[in-house]
Amino acid sequence: MLYREAGQFKTTYAADQQLFPIRQDRIGMAILLAAVFVGVPLAAATPAIAGAIDFNYWFSGVLIPFLIFSLAALGLNILTGYAGQLSLGTAAFMAVGAFAAYNFELRVPGIPMLASFILAGVVAALIGIVFGLPSLRIKGFYLAVATLAAQFFVVWALTKFGWFSNYSSSGVITAQKLAVFGYAVDTPVKRYLLVLAIVSVMALAAKNMVRSSIGRAWMAVRDMDVAAEVVGIPMMKTKLLAFAISSFYCGVAGALYAFAYLGTVEPAGFELELSFRILFMIIVGGVGSILGSFLGAAFIVLLPIFMDLSAASIERSFGFALPAGLVSNLTLILFGALIIFFLVVEPLGLARLWQIAKEKLRLWPFPH
Amino acid sequence: MQFFFEVLIGGLLAGVMYSLVALGFVLVYKASGVFNFAQGAMVFFAALTTVGFISMGAPFWLAVALALLAMVALAFFTERMVLRPLVNQPQITLFMATIGLAFFIEGVAQLTWGAQVHALDLGIADEPIAWLMDNTGMNISKFDLVASGIAAALVAVLAIFFNKTRTGRALRAVADDHQAALAVGISLQRIWVIVWVVAGFVALVTGLLWGARNGVQFALTFLALKALPVLILGGFESIAGAIVGGLIVGASEKLAEVYIGPHVGGGIESWFPYVLALAFLLVRPEGLFGERRIDRV
Amino acid sequence: MTAGRKIDRPILEIDEISLAFGGVVALQGVSFEVREHEIRAIIGPNGAGKSSMLNVINGVYHPQQGTVAFKGRKRRDVDPHEAAQQGIARTFQNIALFRGMTVLDNIMTGRNLKMKSNFLQQAVYWGAARREELEHRAKVEAVIDFLEIQHIRKTPVGRLPYGLQKRVELARALAAEPELLLLDEPMAGMNLEEKQDMSRFILDVNDQLGTTIVLIEHDMSVVMDLSDRVVVLDYGRKIADGTPDEVRNNKDVIDAYLGVAH
Repeated sequence: MLYREAGQFKTTYAADQQLFPIRQDRIGMAILLAAVFVGVPLAAATPAIAGAIDFNYWFSGVLIPFLIFSLAALGLNILTGYAGQLSLGTAAFMAVGAFAAYNFELRVPGIPMLASFILAGVVAALIGIVFGLPSLRIKGFYLAVATLAAQFFVVWALTKFGWFSNYSSSGVITAQKLAVFGYAVDTPVKRYLLVLAIVSVMALAAKNMVRSSIGRAWMAVRDMDVAAEVVGIPMMKTKLLAFAISSFYCGVAGALYAFAYLGTVEPAGFELELSFRILFMIIVGGVGSILGSFLGAAFIVLLPIFMDLSAASIERSFGFALPAGLVSNLTLILFGALIIFFLVVEPLGLARLWQIAKEKLRLWPFPH
Repeated sequence: MQFFFEVLIGGLLAGVMYSLVALGFVLVYKASGVFNFAQGAMVFFAALTTVGFISMGAPFWLAVALALLAMVALAFFTERMVLRPLVNQPQITLFMATIGLAFFIEGVAQLTWGAQVHALDLGIADEPIAWLMDNTGMNISKFDLVASGIAAALVAVLAIFFNKTRTGRALRAVADDHQAALAVGISLQRIWVIVWVVAGFVALVTGLLWGARNGVQFALTFLALKALPVLILGGFESIAGAIVGGLIVGASEKLAEVYIGPHVGGGIESWFPYVLALAFLLVRPEGLFGERRIDRV
Repeated sequence: MTAGRKIDRPILEIDEISLAFGGVVALQGVSFEVREHEIRAIIGPNGAGKSSMLNVINGVYHPQQGTVAFKGRKRRDVDPHEAAQQGIARTFQNIALFRGMTVLDNIMTGRNLKMKSNFLQQAVYWGAARREELEHRAKVEAVIDFLEIQHIRKTPVGRLPYGLQKRVELARALAAEPELLLLDEPMAGMNLEEKQDMSRFILDVNDQLGTTIVLIEHDMSVVMDLSDRVVVLDYGRKIADGTPDEVRNNKDVIDAYLGVAH
């Protein structure tokens, strides 16, 4: 009975096109935004609460990686979920972003950090276009090879050519200190807020794009590209734009990965494994869904933490040490089983489950 | 010149090993239309199970037999838990399911047998063939030659199986159209179990050969990825293509590494086969032996 | 067919089109013309090459020989995308809707050619992109009203019954405000009532919007009632060309349909 649309009539197309047409959704979103932007930092600053919860760990180890992976998942979702071009090279584009941002900071004196991030995204976008060119001739599954080529080539190039990492051994780079508009971003709270701001803006941009003509063009290409052409949608421009924008998002995510999360990265940290991880995020979260990118990222980030915490508490309660590698193998098994489970039960992922829940909520407490 | 031949032949023989891996993929794809990403994990699992039993004291033949049994069990499990629930789903869904399956198998394998690297001794030494060495000065490994022989034999058997037997025909029917195959009375479930058992057997042979060469370790799972360029070159549905593709990839990889590698700092084997496959796809999107798809509207 | 609609000079001229796939000959030396504002039917037994002919007109297939002249511009090969830009829209025999999208979004894709905002403007949304969305939404809603599908505008097309899907496909084609509309078996699989509705829509499109229509249809009564002139194909060749009455009594046409060996 709370979630009713009764009385909410749309009398203009503008009202119908809103991001959140239902008033309850708007209120919910407002509360969420207030909570994440204001509520959480306030709680972290309150001694009473800060004493009970290890906020630094939650910021640095959970929330920040969650946000960064959501951004990468968003990028991949644009390319694979909306435009239907399978990509196994997400990590490579993140690597490009990370190293590009590092190099801009290093070689362009006085460049604003946000500009480095944006330029890093642009560089990633250009690389994305290059490796996306084959999509004009190759379809579906075979296209995965192009992105695999990108994945292996980029990691190799970043390792081999010392210029990228300022000639450090094995390509390791240490990101410069984060500073935005002159303010040092040096505490977990500040990093969290910066990443949150960037991710929110980019998520909004993504949402706007997918509900506009470019989003429809992507989905048309995904669903039936011959028909899309007949309707007048330009194949090349649409596909390359998908690669470019997706890589931009992954590039910025990569830059944040290096600057706001790990601090030190190397090419080997952007291997195929990471690409698969992000692919799982969109499978579990929901392909072709902005919300799904976030849900999937949350799931994949939290799962290993949950497993570790469970293992730790089992060890504590029963007083013995679990064999080494047990948890990581169990996590692998669980991962695999969950992927299959999601594909069988709900191929549209958590986002669809969320949608179904909302639909049921509209009827609650009535059965139909 | 002699050095060139040495590299070439070495590459070709390595290519045969790739063909072996690709073969497993072709089998499953030909018979169920699924690109089985878990093939690499199956190779790893088969090899690991074999060495696991050997380290428990079983004689070689028993260990292999038990491993084969394990692969049969895996085939049944896969059909029941993965393929049957996803029947008629688009290819891409099945592909992603096999990725999940791969993780699952890897986790189980390591959980059961541990994660250390195991050595596997098949009794064939990895040394230069004496006769060749003495007469031509070329360094070609005995092991590689035997492996190629085994692979060749396996391929011949499979080719006959697919083209000449009733079951083989049923397998091809299923690959073409699930619904139509059902309509003529072919039991999808039975066929799939058969396919995955055969694929499991191929995985076992592959695992033993690769494991003897490089040690039985987690990296074996990445063979799945090495097979991809092979499959693209040779087409996903052709056994002959898997052979030719494997040879081309193996040879070109080694040649590129030796002749181009030094100019760019080496290590290009990691990406060269993919770029090669990519270039190839741009010219001929369906591979050397693949069938050209015509989209009817 | 209705008084007051003026049938004009030729808008489409097909000249000696030959099309083959490998060894299979789909069309052989087919020539005919379509006049502006008319409804032209293409009929013939199965496999006669009718769909192939439509595919040649809008560039999905490229003929080996012959030319197509649309609005006076002659060409052999054209991209489907270009054909759409020139003002040709079509529907497909097996329904080519975008299954992942709602009815409204599907029809909006028909307006894609006319939308000019770039992706950056769309990422920001507020301003130029939003104005354009609303403007084109209004046009699309006009088409939705015209074809009476308001009640399903937010439904994903995959969930619609066959007859409604066909109507949505027609809506998408109309949204592009085409000058030439190619309909590939628009009545296939419909019952009598649905056929009557679809016929009425087709006539309205021709009458009120002045769109030239070329349609492939198997139902003879529909063809006779709707079309101004008919082209008959058999085994890739044209065997008759004229008004429905002329064609109905043509011996070659009767033979073709009855399967007399020739």
